[in-house]
Amino acid sequence: MYDKLGLKVGLEVHRQLDTKRKLFCDCPTEPAEGQVIKITRYLREAQSELGEVDPAALFESKKRKKIIYHINPANVCLVEMDEEPPHDLNPEAVETALQIAALLKATPVDEIHVMRKIVIDGSNTSGFQRTCIVALGGELVVDGKKIPIQTVTLEEDAAKIVSTSRGVVEYDLSRLGIPLIEVATAPVISSPQEAARVAQAIGNVLRATRKVKRGIGTVRQDLNVSISGGAVTEIKGVQELELIPLVVELEVKRQLHLLQVAEELRKRLGGQALPPPQYVEVTNVFQNTKSSMVRKKLETGGKAYAVKLVRFAGLLSKESVKGIRLGAELAGHAKAWAEVEGILHTDELPAYGITAEEVSMLREAVGADEQDAVVVVVDEETKALEALRAVYERAAQAVEGVPGETRAARPDGLTVYMRPRPGSARMYPETDIPPLPITHEYMEKILSNLPETLDQTAERLAKTYSLSSQLVQALIDEEKEELFEQIVRATSLPATVVAAALTETMRNLRREGYPVQNLSDQLLAEIFHSLASGLFSKEALPDILGWMSKNPGASIEDAVKSLGLSHVSSKELEKEVEELVQRHAAEAGDPRLVNRLMGDLMKKYRGKVDGKLLHNILVEKIEAVKQRS
Amino acid sequence: MVSELGYGGFVAEVLSGLGVGLGDEVEVVRNGLRLRGFVMARYEYGAPDVLVLKLPNGYNIGVRIDASTQIRKLSSAVAPSFNPPPPAPPRENLPRVMIANTGGTIASRIDYRTGGVKPALTASDLVSIVPEIAEKANVSTEILMQVVSENMTPTHWTEIARKVDEFFRRGFDGVVITHGTDTMGYTAAALSFALQNPPAPVVLVGAQRSSDRPSSDAALNLLTAVEVAACAPFAEVVVAMHGWHGDDNVLIHRGTRVVKLHTSSRGAFQSINSSPLAVKTPQGLKLLTTSFHKRGENGYMFQPVFDERVMLVKFFPGMKPEALELLVERMGLRGVILEGTGLGHVASSFVPVLKSLREKGVFVGMTSQCRFGRVNMNVYENGRDLMRAGVIPLDNMLPETALVKLMWVLGKLGQKAAYEEVKNLMLTDICGEIGGRTGPQPLFTGEAEIV
Repeated sequence: MYDKLGLKVGLEVHRQLDTKRKLFCDCPTEPAEGQVIKITRYLREAQSELGEVDPAALFESKKRKKIIYHINPANVCLVEMDEEPPHDLNPEAVETALQIAALLKATPVDEIHVMRKIVIDGSNTSGFQRTCIVALGGELVVDGKKIPIQTVTLEEDAAKIVSTSRGVVEYDLSRLGIPLIEVATAPVISSPQEAARVAQAIGNVLRATRKVKRGIGTVRQDLNVSISGGAVTEIKGVQELELIPLVVELEVKRQLHLLQVAEELRKRLGGQALPPPQYVEVTNVFQNTKSSMVRKKLETGGKAYAVKLVRFAGLLSKESVKGIRLGAELAGHAKAWAEVEGILHTDELPAYGITAEEVSMLREAVGADEQDAVVVVVDEETKALEALRAVYERAAQAVEGVPGETRAARPDGLTVYMRPRPGSARMYPETDIPPLPITHEYMEKILSNLPETLDQTAERLAKTYSLSSQLVQALIDEEKEELFEQIVRATSLPATVVAAALTETMRNLRREGYPVQNLSDQLLAEIFHSLASGLFSKEALPDILGWMSKNPGASIEDAVKSLGLSHVSSKELEKEVEELVQRHAAEAGDPRLVNRLMGDLMKKYRGKVDGKLLHNILVEKIEAVKQRS
Repeated sequence: MVSELGYGGFVAEVLSGLGVGLGDEVEVVRNGLRLRGFVMARYEYGAPDVLVLKLPNGYNIGVRIDASTQIRKLSSAVAPSFNPPPPAPPRENLPRVMIANTGGTIASRIDYRTGGVKPALTASDLVSIVPEIAEKANVSTEILMQVVSENMTPTHWTEIARKVDEFFRRGFDGVVITHGTDTMGYTAAALSFALQNPPAPVVLVGAQRSSDRPSSDAALNLLTAVEVAACAPFAEVVVAMHGWHGDDNVLIHRGTRVVKLHTSSRGAFQSINSSPLAVKTPQGLKLLTTSFHKRGENGYMFQPVFDERVMLVKFFPGMKPEALELLVERMGLRGVILEGTGLGHVASSFVPVLKSLREKGVFVGMTSQCRFGRVNMNVYENGRDLMRAGVIPLDNMLPETALVKLMWVLGKLGQKAAYEEVKNLMLTDICGEIGGRTGPQPLFTGEAEIV
């Protein structure tokens, strides 16, 4: 089906590197607690020599927000604050990027040139993101299909947004400058499922370096999606692998919907373009409105403005898939360009307390008949007009088809408009950093020290620890293979116990709603050490893991105590079993005695004592009684 | 054509053989990769056999060129044709401000094709980049020179002072001088002495982040400078620069009291031993002192001559007195400003040399390396000995300001100046450079909050 639609997907997989230092300074890459200093900044678009401004940069500059940066001196220095020139490229990050290039069979550039990519939404204090191509070309084979790799890029991660409100945006600078590797494929992926598989395969290559960060926010996938007759949509920030197929599928449906709408519009308009807009003030239409939403806006000095969209009636709320409507597209543009809360349009009116009478007054005010749609924005005058301009421009594009856009992925798989697609007029050299030559000798060294790939790791783990390939694959999918080996090497615990706990048990707990993301690798290792030292039994492990995930900061002893798993010493246990067996000495010859007594003992000791251990003691004691008699 | 690009050796040969110049599109085949890109200029410090290409996605990469590399020219560069915007309509009701450029780029445009940064030099171009300026003043621009900060000399100070004097006579309500930041403090001090009690403000301004970046401090500093030049109630030579890390605090410093205290941060410029004249925050321009020369007050004196036979010498432990003797003799110095330790000391071994300099009529003034506080040579015996040997303590004058002032004093008094005359003038407060009370260290805050 997707073949026929001409679906083409290209992927950009971004992942933070787990280096000691940031890419252009000596700050640590770990989060930190501590007091925060705030500074205020403004960014201004850099003007091009040609007098042209990048469309994406223009979009942000039109909004020119006040930017407040949160600075924690524990992991932010003057470099991230744009108060000190960048230091040289972090060699650890370059080496990791070149390893990735080598694993992807990409060709390293002979000299790395750091570039400045203009980004003026405030996420980079300098107003640009520093980025460099490390290697070009290369390929990856996924399910037997060759996926060409276009570029391997090393860049600085951007600051994390803390909050945003009208005219003000706040960022935390802790993340700014963490090395980020980006691998971009050619747009050859032809199905939603394939996109996820390719993303996973790339992720596995990155992880082979053992130098990537894990956890929430460390991985971001951008998707370029297009179908025949549609346009390239750049979808930003898909965090979960599992979400990729849905995002692609919904984007295909969105483009199909927009193509249908365009066809219908062209028919209705008889091949003519959308007539030029007239923005009409309609505040008096809502003079006595019952709509509390509209009234609140008007009471705080807002005005109502409307624009007529000729022959659009019915098309704004036409919905082929839930959430995919032209009305939502128009609202997205209005919100993004003018920061209004939303739009009202005649396809969904009367509603929200707005009466049929008001709607007909509205139509009359803008000279719209039943075939036209009318869009209304109630806000400060300039905001309302700006929003309607964005609405009209988007509506005009709807006649043409699908506009190329940058959109953001939502957790439900749908996307929202972010900004126009950037042009190429946004890159220039970072002259503060000298070009870095990649010599033949250096590459030879990297090539002769390539890390084990995850396939090799899987094979080795299965062999060394006699694990099923399923369990090994689960360990790798859960990104727990390193931790697994570390625990098994440091304790005497059986490999299958550790592997199953790190995969199946964790998955079950997650499904039951336990916040297992709170269990850091370090904490997990400690829990297994406690298990190995007999603090609790392996039957109690799921309970311990669940409790610990819900009680961050608590100790394992707290968990044992609170779950009533208090420790039973082996001496006590032996004594108790001995007495029990003595009481039943007469039945020692009965082969069913073991099971019967075991049942009694487990009632008392479940979770507190390892069942196998208990069984061994019991058998031993019965044998001893038999011997004596 | 190729030499302009900065290439040499084999790459230069190949490029000139193909007739390839800056921005031309080429195709390079190497290591099995087929690359299309535009030829970029070479940094001086790059390897000699590497060609810099701008790929269609905007990235630059370095490609090694050797005998096995195939390269061919695809098309010639299209020169960018930038049409400067039409001049802004003059607003006759606004104050007239001259923006005089001495070097550096306070506003610029980027050539994304080559990565080059082109300064905006005309008033209309400047206004098109920082349009808010046009709301504050009716601006004109003039290029005085293109000199980087560290290449400035007292001759340049004189030249700038003469131009500013001319701007006053042409009736400007204020003058803004864009200047590289490294020696802006020295130039500010020099203009303070050369243009005493000026009829209108003279505002020096620069940027710690280059003007091609969206985060540059240039626009806000410039805008504030224009506003101060146009409307401030004081008419003095001042420096307008960010006071802190944030964009909500610009300080206006007196030209004789300001130094650059940080190599790179926005808030590098601070007033020493005196308060800034004013602070600009989003709430407006707030005066921090009441003692200043008022706009329109009389007393203008133009005296732009500096005698360069003066040096600033920083004392350090173990420094040999002969070094000072040698300097004065070899350079034919008429005066020396010492940057001594603490309250104003150099090693006692300097006493004989200092005595002989005094006898020869060479003026030796003492300032402190401490920056903050005033010298006082009465506290320790060595200080008293140094004074007896002829060293003149210069109170709380900044070493840099003392140097500039001595050049100016010697220039004003001329070749036959009497030692006592030099001394008296050095100790007289001419434009707020010496004396005054020293209060506790102030803390200037804008809107920024510390949580």
